[in-house]
Amino acid sequence: MKKHLFKGIFIENPIFVLLLGLCPVLAVTTSVENAIVMGLSVMFVLFFTNTIISIIKNIVPEQVRIPTYILIIATFVTIVELLLNAYTPIIYTTIGIYIPLIVVNCIVLGRAIGFASKEKVFNSLLDGLGFGIGFLIALIVLGGIREILGNNTITIIDNLSKLTNVEMIYQVLPKNNVFPMSVFRTPAGAFLSLGLLIGIINTIKINRRGNK
Amino acid sequence: MNLISLLISSILIENVILTRFLGLCPFLGISNKEDGAISMGISITIVMVIASIITYILHNYILVPLDIEYLRTILFILIIASLVQLLEMFIRKYFPKTHEMFGIYLPLITTNCAILGVVLLSRNYNYTFIETLIFAIGSSIGYMLVLYIFSNIRIRLEESPIPEGFKGIPIALVCASIMSLLFIRYVGF
Repeated sequence: MKKHLFKGIFIENPIFVLLLGLCPVLAVTTSVENAIVMGLSVMFVLFFTNTIISIIKNIVPEQVRIPTYILIIATFVTIVELLLNAYTPIIYTTIGIYIPLIVVNCIVLGRAIGFASKEKVFNSLLDGLGFGIGFLIALIVLGGIREILGNNTITIIDNLSKLTNVEMIYQVLPKNNVFPMSVFRTPAGAFLSLGLLIGIINTIKINRRGNK
Repeated sequence: MNLISLLISSILIENVILTRFLGLCPFLGISNKEDGAISMGISITIVMVIASIITYILHNYILVPLDIEYLRTILFILIIASLVQLLEMFIRKYFPKTHEMFGIYLPLITTNCAILGVVLLSRNYNYTFIETLIFAIGSSIGYMLVLYIFSNIRIRLEESPIPEGFKGIPIALVCASIMSLLFIRYVGF
């Protein structure tokens, strides 16, 4: 039972191992705060859609399976979109276009069709939670790398400060002396950092397999 | 807005793949056959243009007057899924030869971020009908262009000595980053 929860985090991490759902990853990792918001949104959608699809899996007829699943996923994505629009309008203007794209995210559809439609409810719940956590961790790592190199800061709570009354912006290197590499804020830097990160992880895996 | 500048910006400057990060799955998985890229590009063009027209009419004449704009994500994705299904059946019945050429790519386009992304963007920017059409055509031309260039790069990559850990998607992402550097020179980040 525990393996359903943890497999989405390490062994089958959707971004670093399965290489699925990369579209929003590159766009939202300009700062750690955006990465966290996107990761939590995907975790919310994954958790609820996996659970509900697993509950109704025996009632849905075979022919309308996939449109029904897409409808359920789209409903929860709309819920997230409306919540974000209402409570965090600034973040919504930055990453707002990528929230509806969670509907066609390969991870959400893949787990729904490949796992939740066949397995028990509790296992699907854990599976969705695990993959959501894995996605969140991968986003935070990538966002951290891109923001530290591209901006010399780590922004955890900036635009949400009105909601939470806390502001957490950490200056990693001094602002005036060390200039950041602004290429990492651009799309080119996004592709580069993700490609190098996946390549390094693959190389470590191959070396470990070779040593055994 | 100037239509020519909109066309050029959607092809080159704000390219669908390299600047907006939409539609990456086929881009990273494209085989090194050139006609695969062109076929995929043509299918995407057809779906994108028709979907843009239908969603424009639906959004502006039904959703907005009834004040139910929040349903647009659900309705747009259902329209795109049904459209792809209908198109595939139509092409299979009336143009069987064309179906062999690029009919197999059609079902994959349903979950392509590019179609839904372009459709939603044109609604966010509130384009007129002509602007929506130009944006859709320009985006799909840009998509096809990048896909074609990249399939040729893939052919050369196959013969190069790449480290084991980087083969496949990592080296594809690094190549995409260099391509993106060229394209964003126009924007001036």
